[in-house]
Amino acid sequence: MPIEKRDGQIRLTAPLSEEDVAQLHAGDHVLFDGSMYTARDAAHKRIIAGAEKGEAPPIELQGQIIYYVGPTPARPGRIIGSAGPTTSMRMDPFTPKMLELGVKMIIGKGGRGPAVRQALQDNKAVYCLAIGGAGALLSKTIRNLEVVAYDDLGTESIKKLEVDGFPAIVCCDSHGGDLLQQGKDQWRQQDKLGSYQPIQAAAAEKSNGGGN
Amino acid sequence: MTTDTTTSVREIHVDEITAKISELCESATHFLPDDVVGGLERARDSEKSDLGKQVLIEILENIDIAKNEMVPLCQDTGTAVVFVELGQDVHIVGGSLADAINRGVAKGYTDSYLRASIVDHPFSSRVNTKDNTPAVTHIDVTPGNALKLKLLPKGGGCENMSRFAVFLPSAGKEPIVEMVLKTIEESGGNPCPPLVVGVGVGGSSEYAMYLAKKGVVRSVGNPSDDPETAEFERELLEKVNALGVGPQAVGGLNTALAVNIETYPAHITALPVAVNLQCHSARLKEATL
Repeated sequence: MPIEKRDGQIRLTAPLSEEDVAQLHAGDHVLFDGSMYTARDAAHKRIIAGAEKGEAPPIELQGQIIYYVGPTPARPGRIIGSAGPTTSMRMDPFTPKMLELGVKMIIGKGGRGPAVRQALQDNKAVYCLAIGGAGALLSKTIRNLEVVAYDDLGTESIKKLEVDGFPAIVCCDSHGGDLLQQGKDQWRQQDKLGSYQPIQAAAAEKSNGGGN
Repeated sequence: MTTDTTTSVREIHVDEITAKISELCESATHFLPDDVVGGLERARDSEKSDLGKQVLIEILENIDIAKNEMVPLCQDTGTAVVFVELGQDVHIVGGSLADAINRGVAKGYTDSYLRASIVDHPFSSRVNTKDNTPAVTHIDVTPGNALKLKLLPKGGGCENMSRFAVFLPSAGKEPIVEMVLKTIEESGGNPCPPLVVGVGVGGSSEYAMYLAKKGVVRSVGNPSDDPETAEFERELLEKVNALGVGPQAVGGLNTALAVNIETYPAHITALPVAVNLQCHSARLKEATL
C-alpha cells in the first residue's frame, strides 16, 4: 500500500500517486517505508541539465521520493553514517522541473520559495521536513544503501535508500498548506515584539545560500 | 598597577597539537556540551507547541544515539573553526602551528568518518579537499605558557544565515533588535532552530563578525559579564522567542536557547553589527596543552 493510516500513524511507501499525496496535510506526522533516493545540489544540476538536452534521468522519478541528504561516511560494518536533511531552499531552482519529471515527495529542511509551493500544488506533490541536525537518529531507520548514479559526486551521489519508519512532518502540501507560515502565525507573540512587524512567507528564506 | 604575568618559556611540539586537534574533531562531532543539552531539555519542558515539543524530544534522542553509538550528531560536520589562545611564553617547536592544526583536522575528519565538506577554489573549481582542510583559525596571544584549543565544527545551514550591517553611530539598540529579529525570521528553518545567537557590536567590519562568532562560542547559560549587555541579551532572547518560529521552524516558543552579545569600542562614525547563528547542534570542544 503506498499510503496506509493505522494506529494514528500515516505510513508511506513509494511509488506514490496524486491521490495518495492529496491525503496529506501540513503538520501531519508521517513515517516512510521502502525506497527513497538521495539527491542534492550537484545531482539536481546534472539531472536537469540532462533533461534539457532530452536525456532521461538516471533513475525512474515517477512517483518517487527525493531526500536531500549528504551523509557522513559509514564506519566499518555500518550501512551509513549520520544522515539528516540539508537546507531545501538551495534546490528551489531545480524543484519545479523535478516535479514535472514525476517526483511526488521531497524531504529536506527549512521552507520553500513561492515558485516551489506553487509547483507542488500544480503537480500534486508534497514537501516534508525531516528534523535538521538529527542525523544519528534518522540513520537508524536506514536499512540499505546503494549508489545508483553519479558515483563520482561522493557524498552528493544519488543513492537508493531502503528505510523502515523514517519520520517526517508534512510542511508544504498539495493544497497550498504551509506549516512554517501556519506555525509562526499561531505562536507569534506580537505584544512582546514592539514595533517589529512580521515578514510574509513569500519574502522569507530567499536571502542567502543555506547549507548542511 | 601592572600585573606580573611572567612565566617560564615552555616548549610544545607540533605533534601534541596535531593529536589534540584530531581528538577534538571526534569528541566535538559526537558529544554535545552539557550546557547545550541542558538548554535543550529546558526548551523541551517549556515548549507549548505539540509539534515543537516533538521536534525537541527527537533532537534530544539524537544526542543520546550519537553518544552511545558513535554516529556524528549531524551529517554536516562543518568547517573546522579553531580558536587558539596561545600563551606568549609558549615556544612551538617541530614545525608551524598552522600546519599542525591542519594535520590534526585531516586526521580527525578521516579517522572518525566525518564528512569532508570543504572545496578548494570557492568561485570556480570547487574540488573537495577530501580531508576537510584547511581549518579557519583564529589566534589570540595571551599571558602565560599554556596553549588552549577550541574546536567549533560550524555547519553550513546556520553559518550561511550570517548578516553584517553598519548603522548610524547614534542609532542605539533599536536597529540591532530589528536586525536580529529579521535575520532569524527570514532564516526560518534553514539554520536549524532552536539557535544560539551570536551578536557582535563594534570594532571594524571583520572584527564585528569575529565578535559574533565569539558570542556563539560562549554557548548556553553564560550571560555577559557586563550588566547592561546581559540585560540586552535577556531582552533580545525574549523577543526572538516571541517570533513564534519555534524548533525547526514548525512553530513554537523556543526559537533560541541563548542570545550572546560581544562588544568592542567603535569608531565615532559607526555602529557595526554582525549576527552569526548557531544551530541546536552547538558543537564545541576545548582542550589545554
